Amino acid sequence: MIQTIAFYLFAVLVIASAVMVIMARNPVHSVLWLILAFFNAAGLMVLVGAEFIAMLLVVVYVGAVAVLFLFVVMMLDIDFAELRAGFVRNFPLGIAIALVLLAELVLGIGAYQAGNLDLGTPAGDAAPMLGESNIENLGALLYGKYLFLFETAGIILLVAMVGAIVLTHRPPKTQRGHQHIGKQNARRPEDATVMKQPEVGKGVEL
Amino acid sequence: MTEFFQSLGLTYEAAWAFATLSGILLIALPLMLAVAMIIYVDRKVWAAINLRRGPNVVGPFGLLQSFADGLKVFLQETIIPSAANKGIFILAPIVTFTVALAAWAVIPFDAGVVLADINVGLLYILAISSLSVYGVVMSGWASNSKYPFFSAMRAAAQMISYEVSIGFILICVVLWAGSFNLTEIVNAQRGHGFGLVNGYVFNLLLFPMWVVFFISSLAETQRVPFDLTEAESELVAGYQTEYSSMSFALFWLGEYANILLMCSLNTLLFFGGWLPPLDVDLIPWFDIPGIVWFLLKTFFFFFMFSWVMATVPRYRYDQLMRLGWKVFLPLSLLFVVVISGWLMVTRYGA
Repeated sequence: MIQTIAFYLFAVLVIASAVMVIMARNPVHSVLWLILAFFNAAGLMVLVGAEFIAMLLVVVYVGAVAVLFLFVVMMLDIDFAELRAGFVRNFPLGIAIALVLLAELVLGIGAYQAGNLDLGTPAGDAAPMLGESNIENLGALLYGKYLFLFETAGIILLVAMVGAIVLTHRPPKTQRGHQHIGKQNARRPEDATVMKQPEVGKGVEL
Repeated sequence: MTEFFQSLGLTYEAAWAFATLSGILLIALPLMLAVAMIIYVDRKVWAAINLRRGPNVVGPFGLLQSFADGLKVFLQETIIPSAANKGIFILAPIVTFTVALAAWAVIPFDAGVVLADINVGLLYILAISSLSVYGVVMSGWASNSKYPFFSAMRAAAQMISYEVSIGFILICVVLWAGSFNLTEIVNAQRGHGFGLVNGYVFNLLLFPMWVVFFISSLAETQRVPFDLTEAESELVAGYQTEYSSMSFALFWLGEYANILLMCSLNTLLFFGGWLPPLDVDLIPWFDIPGIVWFLLKTFFFFFMFSWVMATVPRYRYDQLMRLGWKVFLPLSLLFVVVISGWLMVTRYGA
C-alpha cells in the first residue's frame, strides 16, 4: 500500500516536473524543475531497491551537475523571444524524434510482454549475491567481471578531465597582479610589523 | 516502535506510518529546541572569549534569549521585494530548513535509536548535504539583488569544492569500517586502539583525516573562518540580505541544524558515537546511556566550532579555494590510497 502510494507520488511528480521543464517560461525555473525530476527519479530507484544508484543520482546529478547548470543559466542573459521563434521550424523534427522513441518503447515492451524476449538470468561472475546489500553486489560485479571495462571508463573520464583543463587553461601573460601564495604563507608577523612602545608625547621614529 | 503501535490494534502499515511520524517528531522537535539552546551557547562562548557577558537579560542567565529572538522574528512583517522572483524567494528558506532536518533521519543517537537504519546511510548524508547548496543559490538569485547573488556564487563554489574532499574522507572511514551504515561504522570503532579506546581518531592513519574533516565541515557549514557567503564587511548579510521575519529565521534554524549535523558526524565517524571513550569497564562507563555520550561529544564539537569562530579571522576567497583544491583534495586522495593499501596488506592479506 505505502509502496504503491509512494510509487504513484514519485511517478506523477517525475512526469509533471519533466513537463514543467519544457513549459516553464524562465530557464532558471526549468532547471529547478529538472532538479525536482532527478530527485523523484531517485525516489523511484529507492522503491525498486536500487538505493545505491539512487543516492549516486542525487550526489552526482542533483548535487554537482545541476548546480553547474543552474549557474550557467543564472549567469546567461537568455532571450526567450528568439528561442521561441525557432519552435515552429523545429516542430516537425521534434515530433519525428518523439514518434521514433514511442515506437521503440512500444516495440520493446510489446516484445517483452509477448514473451519473445528472453533476458536470461545472469550466471557465474555476474550472478547476484543473494542477501548482500546492493553496494556489495555492484562492487563485486564492477571489480570482478567488468573490471577492464570499468577501468577503461575511468581512463576515458581522466582523459576528458585533462582535456577540459588543457582547453581552458590560459597561462598568465604577465606577472602583474599574480600572487605568490608561498611567499604569503612564509611571511611572519615579525617581517611586517614593528612593536614600539613610545613614551607619551614623544611619538615614533619611522 | 512499529510493534508498540501494532500492539494498540493497528494494522502493520498504519502502525508503521504512525511509528515513522512519531519518530520524525521525536527527532525534529528536540532538534529545534537544541538549536535554540545551541545559539545561546554559541553567543555565550564568543562572549566569554571576547571578555563580554553575552546574553544575560531574558530569563535566568539569559537562557531564554533565543526564544525571545524567535518571538520577535515571528511577529515581524514578511517583506518580499517587488523585484524578487516571488515563488523561489519564498521556497529558498523552506528548502534550506527541510534539507537541514532531512539528514537527521539516518543519525543513530544510541544503539538502535535511529529513524532509518539504511545500508547507504553515509551516502544519504552526502546526498542531502549536497542539496543544501540549493537553498543558498535559490535565495541569492531570487532576491534579484547584487550582494545576495555574489554570496550565492561563493556559496556554491565553496560547498562543491569541500564536498569533494569530504567525500574522500568518508571513503577512508567506510574502508576501515567496511560499511556505509552509520550504526555499523560506530560499532566497528569499539576497542579500536589496542582494544582500549573507542574511536577512529586514535588511529594514526585516520587522525589526519579527522583534522581535514573538521576543517572541511567548518567550510561546508560556512562557519568562520570560511563564512565568505555572509562576509558582512563586503556583502551586507550575504544571501539573507533581502530576507526578513520567519523566512530569515528558517535560514537561521537550518544553518544551526546543519552545524549540529556536522558536529554529530564528527562524533559518529571519528569519536565512537554513543560509545564511551574507553572500552574498559573500570568505572560504570557502560551504565551511562549511550545517548548521553553522543550528546556530550556533539556538544564538545559544537564548542570547538564556536571557539574557532571567536578566534580565527576570515579567509580570503582565493585562499579558501586553494585550501580546498590544492591541499585537502590531494591529501585526502593520498590517504584513500594509503589506507586501502594498508588494509589490503593487514586485513585482507596481500
